[in-house]
Amino acid sequence: MNTCQSRAKLKVNNIEKSFGDIKVIKNVSISLVENEFVSLLGLSGSGKSTIFNIVAGLLKPDSGHVIIDDEDYTGKTGRVSYMYQKDLLMPWKKVIDNVCLPLVIKGEKKKDARDKASSFFKLFGLEGFEYKYPFQLSGGMRQRAALLRTYMFSRDIMLLDEPFGALDAITRAKMHVWLQDILRGLDTSVLFITHDIEEAVFLSDRIYILSDKPALIKEEIKVGLERPRKKEIITSDIFNSIKAHIYGSLE
Amino acid sequence: MKKSANTGSNVLALILLGLLMVIWHLIAEYSRIQKFLPSPAEVVNTLVEVMPLLKIHIWTTLKEAMIGFFISIILAVVIAVFMDNIKLVKKAVYPLLIVSQTIPIIALAPLFMLWFGFGMLPKIIVVVLVCFFPVVISLFAGLSSVDEDMVNLLKSMGANKLQIIGNAKIPASLPFFFAGLKITATYSIMGAVIGEWLGGDKGLGVYMMRVRHSYSYDKVFAAVMVIVLLSMVLFKIISVIQTLSMPWQRKNTEV
Ligand SMILES: Nc1ncnc2c1ncn2[C@@H]1O[C@H](COP(=O)(O)OP(=O)(O)OP(=O)(O)O)[C@@H](O)[C@H]1O
Ligand SMILES: [Mg+2]
Repeated sequence: MNTCQSRAKLKVNNIEKSFGDIKVIKNVSISLVENEFVSLLGLSGSGKSTIFNIVAGLLKPDSGHVIIDDEDYTGKTGRVSYMYQKDLLMPWKKVIDNVCLPLVIKGEKKKDARDKASSFFKLFGLEGFEYKYPFQLSGGMRQRAALLRTYMFSRDIMLLDEPFGALDAITRAKMHVWLQDILRGLDTSVLFITHDIEEAVFLSDRIYILSDKPALIKEEIKVGLERPRKKEIITSDIFNSIKAHIYGSLE
Repeated sequence: MKKSANTGSNVLALILLGLLMVIWHLIAEYSRIQKFLPSPAEVVNTLVEVMPLLKIHIWTTLKEAMIGFFISIILAVVIAVFMDNIKLVKKAVYPLLIVSQTIPIIALAPLFMLWFGFGMLPKIIVVVLVCFFPVVISLFAGLSSVDEDMVNLLKSMGANKLQIIGNAKIPASLPFFFAGLKITATYSIMGAVIGEWLGGDKGLGVYMMRVRHSYSYDKVFAAVMVIVLLSMVLFKIISVIQTLSMPWQRKNTEV
């Protein structure tokens, strides 16, 4: 995708972070262009979630800045939407109220918020489950509900932290195709965390490969595969050569 | 499924209760202490007989217990929320709460009469002292039980403290809170009765003291039976409120 000319939505400039004496993030810079899908790929415990916490404003970096639409958002919450590794649906709220929670937090009336949210249930494959409780949903549906909640909060930038990590392989593959398809209809830039190479290659326009402790960017890879991508693509030669390259880089 | 399991355990409890009644009956009829121990049948007869007279006492005790119960809940909610939100308050108050439980209230209660007279006030104070602790501890445990990531998620949405408390902390703490309330409901009646033992002119405790002094042990037992029944009813009422206020916990029913 020709993303170079477009405007940077999000820029993370030279952030550093230590917990106590241990340096977790070292001089990490990331950029995200409008409508782009960018993955951070790194081993477990390499500091990926910490980077997200900084971008979301939940943690302050020791140095460096988070710039969104040319404004400094370092240490400020409430701008980008953030989906955690766990779905974090509130068991005590019906699915629709979970989904429209971000709107209610922003001060919208519950009824208006419900109206807005319900128009997306079909697209997200949740039709008919509006007034169920989360425990009545399957794993895949819970993730879709959490993703819809994330989308309701901020449509332009979403941070997704291993959203499919807890799903079985087949459901996960289905979710990949599904996610790609719905994102084409939504005007959204996504920053995505994973330690699954195949997932990263299938979904991303670009991939940042992080090194382990402290996290610094080892390599940036452009995935030049055409969209929409079909699920068969994962057995193609280009796909495998990109995978092999990343595998070598992570070692 | 859950329902049938529940009924099953109720049946077992009833069978055990019946067995205990038989043993009680045998002891009352045939043992050396029979003079001081009325049989279950006698107690029930007496209860029916004195009921009209007991009503005013029941009402008084119930009123003291309920007023004390609600004051405890309000106090507990305020203190638990403060402890949960302000670390300094937690550090200062929590240890004192624990220590306060080692103070024998029964020993102190007579002083309350001197300080607060013979009306309802000292009884209500005893109820509050007995009830406050279980509610505050269970509610505080509940408030701290909420998933830290859920709080962070709300923060990332820009939620303020009140929104975090309302959307996450309070609903997450309800099961703990109700567990505390169930214990407390039964304690509240006991607290009121203990308060009444020390003096006053109405209430089940006062009645028990009077009939004990006139050696009417069947009436003592009748009062005990009333206390047990009241406590059970309160327990049940709280269970029902719990089920109604937490529909997401009724996993077996289609919602
Ligand atoms: N609040 C904290 N205090 C101290 N250490 C922390 C804190 N948060 C994270 N760490 C440490 O920083 C390192 C990176 O953690 P992080 O959660 O960012 O990793 P991750 O790449 O998201 O891992 P995973 O793939 O397992 O989710 C870990 O070693 C972790 O123990
Ligand atoms: Mg992580």
